[in-house]
Amino acid sequence: MEAIEIRDLTKQYRDVTAVSGLTLSIHAGELFSLLGVNGAGKTTTIKMLSCLTAPTSGDALLCGHSIVKEASQVKSVIAVSPQETAVAPHLTVRENLELMAGVHGFSRQKSADACDAMIQRLDLSSVARKAAGKLSGGWQRRLSIAMALISEPKILFLDEPTLGLDVLARSELWDVIRELKGKSTIILTTHYMEEAEALSDRIGIMKTGRLVACGTAAEIKQLGGSDKMEDAFVNIVKGAAQ
Amino acid sequence: MKMLTFARRNAQEILRDKLNLLFGIGFPVVILLLLSAIQANIPQEAKQQMDLFRIEKLAPGITVFGLSFMTLFSATLIAKDRGTSLLQRLYTAPLTASDFILGYTLPLLPISLAQTAVCYLLALALGLTPTVHILLALLTILPVAVFYIALGLLCGSVFTDKQVGGVCGALLTNLSAWLSGIWFDLNLVGGAFKKAADLLPFVHAVDMERAALAGNTAGILPHLYWVLGYMALTLAAAVWAFLRQMKRQ
Repeated sequence: MEAIEIRDLTKQYRDVTAVSGLTLSIHAGELFSLLGVNGAGKTTTIKMLSCLTAPTSGDALLCGHSIVKEASQVKSVIAVSPQETAVAPHLTVRENLELMAGVHGFSRQKSADACDAMIQRLDLSSVARKAAGKLSGGWQRRLSIAMALISEPKILFLDEPTLGLDVLARSELWDVIRELKGKSTIILTTHYMEEAEALSDRIGIMKTGRLVACGTAAEIKQLGGSDKMEDAFVNIVKGAAQ
Repeated sequence: MKMLTFARRNAQEILRDKLNLLFGIGFPVVILLLLSAIQANIPQEAKQQMDLFRIEKLAPGITVFGLSFMTLFSATLIAKDRGTSLLQRLYTAPLTASDFILGYTLPLLPISLAQTAVCYLLALALGLTPTVHILLALLTILPVAVFYIALGLLCGSVFTDKQVGGVCGALLTNLSAWLSGIWFDLNLVGGAFKKAADLLPFVHAVDMERAALAGNTAGILPHLYWVLGYMALTLAAAVWAFLRQMKRQ
């Protein structure tokens, strides 16, 4: 079963085509990584899929709901962990989770239960009463993902979740993401090749708004003619027609 | 329920910022105490000519001036939310545009009322006669509060959090102070300054509040029209600007 069906999705900003005719299907429970250099169209794609930006043309169905015609239904099945830190700084970790549960319409009891479960699941109990603004970058990212997960989304967008984190914090976050695999459909954007390789079921490579390659890590390496993911990526991006 | 959750978060963010409390409550209180002390030390013969700092006139002025901080609080919160992607995250949640606008506006109303109540309680301690008109003054402050809060929504939707500090923190508080007739009689300046002040809402808000506190209900109306007009215009502009930046996300 397909969780996401993208059909000829295009976003044009005046003279710039940020995303051009993107067509792609992502299976339910799959972890799909979008790779690309800066300006490749990854973030614009996520913004369109999460109803933050309207497409210029084309459409996408998320769990059967159109991002063009059924934005509110789409919003009820998705969650986004944005690229930048997106936490309420004066609220505690628990209050941040309660905020997200509340804006998704959870009752007080359901919210409390969901927060308890999420704090335990993402090992946040040691910082649960701390103000989010005072946490380290790693903890804030972990909280950011917890805030996205609290609504039990069917589709989760992780936009560069480990950007700027140290090796240890990144490794811990990888464990968290691995644990989510199969439970939600995850779309992950990243600049780190090893991250995509380690976590993804399939990888898509974008260049100047177009999807130029798509497959498993092994398929991508074969396509790029290298055993190393990074070299394969560079070969594919350099070799793709402008 | 969703909107109330968002509104509660906004109230918590504002009230947990110590600088907000210091400026929002502390600053008007200090000014009220300071100017009352000056008034108490003016020679008796000068007092007859200089009645601007009498507590009956001063307290309503300070309550209006204090509300200019609501603009700063509201604008700073929105601008910061925009800057940190929190708003982007919330835009992907099933909240409507009206949930956002009400969620940012409503929490500041009780905070405004609390600030006004603190000013009047202090004024009572400083010699203000306790009358039922204080309740009327608390009621008439509401449209003024909505005007200032809407101005914050407008500025927060247009400016960055750094720009908000300059525009709302410095420019607006000064405009609100100089053009309101709180610190000096605008008739003494006269001319274009007085005409400009009369065309803006600040002096009307202060005069309305003074009339309410004095129990002069007939004196409230002409100023109320000005305040309501500015409130409606600012609210419409704020909603337009907020929806515009929401679409741009």
